[in-house]
Amino acid sequence: MSVDKESPSGGSTRRDDEAWAKPTPALEVTILPEGAINRNVAGRRVTGPIQGFGRMWQKTYRVRMSGVDIDPTEVIKTWKEHFPEFWPEGNRFYGPLTGIAPGEVAVLNLSMPGRLKLSTGVMVMYADDESFTFMTPEGHMFAGWITFSAFKEGRSTVAQAQVLIRASDPLYELGLALGGHEVEDRFWQTTLTTLAARFGVEDPAPETRYLLVDRKRQWRMAKNVWHNAGVRSGFYMMGMPARWASKRLKRKSPPYTSEGSSQNSDL
Amino acid sequence: MTEATTATSVRRLNDQISVIDIKGEITAASESTLMDAFNEASGDATKAVILNFGGLDYMNSSGIGLLVTLLVRAQRQHQELLAYGLNEHYRQIFELTRLDEAIGIHDTEDSATAAAGR
Repeated sequence: MSVDKESPSGGSTRRDDEAWAKPTPALEVTILPEGAINRNVAGRRVTGPIQGFGRMWQKTYRVRMSGVDIDPTEVIKTWKEHFPEFWPEGNRFYGPLTGIAPGEVAVLNLSMPGRLKLSTGVMVMYADDESFTFMTPEGHMFAGWITFSAFKEGRSTVAQAQVLIRASDPLYELGLALGGHEVEDRFWQTTLTTLAARFGVEDPAPETRYLLVDRKRQWRMAKNVWHNAGVRSGFYMMGMPARWASKRLKRKSPPYTSEGSSQNSDL
Repeated sequence: MTEATTATSVRRLNDQISVIDIKGEITAASESTLMDAFNEASGDATKAVILNFGGLDYMNSSGIGLLVTLLVRAQRQHQELLAYGLNEHYRQIFELTRLDEAIGIHDTEDSATAAAGR
């Protein structure tokens, strides 16, 4: 038996060769500004929704650029160039100087409850003129992909962030159930509101849509908790006072050679 | 959204194995075409659905997301999802996205069919 089905006609002349990152066994982080906490990124593998633990969600956040005549490609260009500026206050995105391009890795320092700074990252999986997609490393709260796109709907341009994710491990899954979904929703709604405001949209009203793609939890992935960036960032922050004190002590006490003479302490 | 051109045809090799031949593009706009083809390929006795990507010209990240949705549907129905006909570029994308850990990749339809029967 054979059934032919086709979506709207018009041959494909598009190319995707340059838009995709190349496979990588482990992430590498290049130069970072001072003050950035670079933990849980370098050496980690990237993950997708297949490798996560929790239920699989597709969440779509959209904002309509009402009253503004702007081309979708212009929205994506600006979004790529100024990505960190649209993030909610207290969260930092340390992207590469080369900008958002396939294969590039960014370090994220995210504000968590209890003044915890969660350090994790993303890799640019895909980027073209109409959209770009991040994928997450092991230890990130989500295993999955986040796609940012812009397109025409009727006369308006719509900017969209769409996540296809599972919580990476049981701890994060619990966190999502205890209000994590709402925190994430607010994060992307704020991002889209700021983006729309940049283009002069008055009173942007982001919409949110949820789709539970898979209600099953993947218990064989519970072991992902070993990489949990929240737990590891917590331990790292708890050790900060000790590391600070140790540095101070090293700076104060002059090191001696075996002959007992003082040496330059910049060792 | 940008319109995509996706053509699919469904072949039933036997009661347990079906093949979906995919031509053109896989993007967000391909959703209904792909899902309809999957419904056509899935019968009560179907144990494996094989995707033939030999005619694939273009795929973006929304397209790879659609394949994840397809995989979840197959798993829900206790069906195996396999693929063949991927060129080197699309093989690399499956490797990058780690979809190759869940969808068996094969060189030919014969080898995919043999694997489906195992």
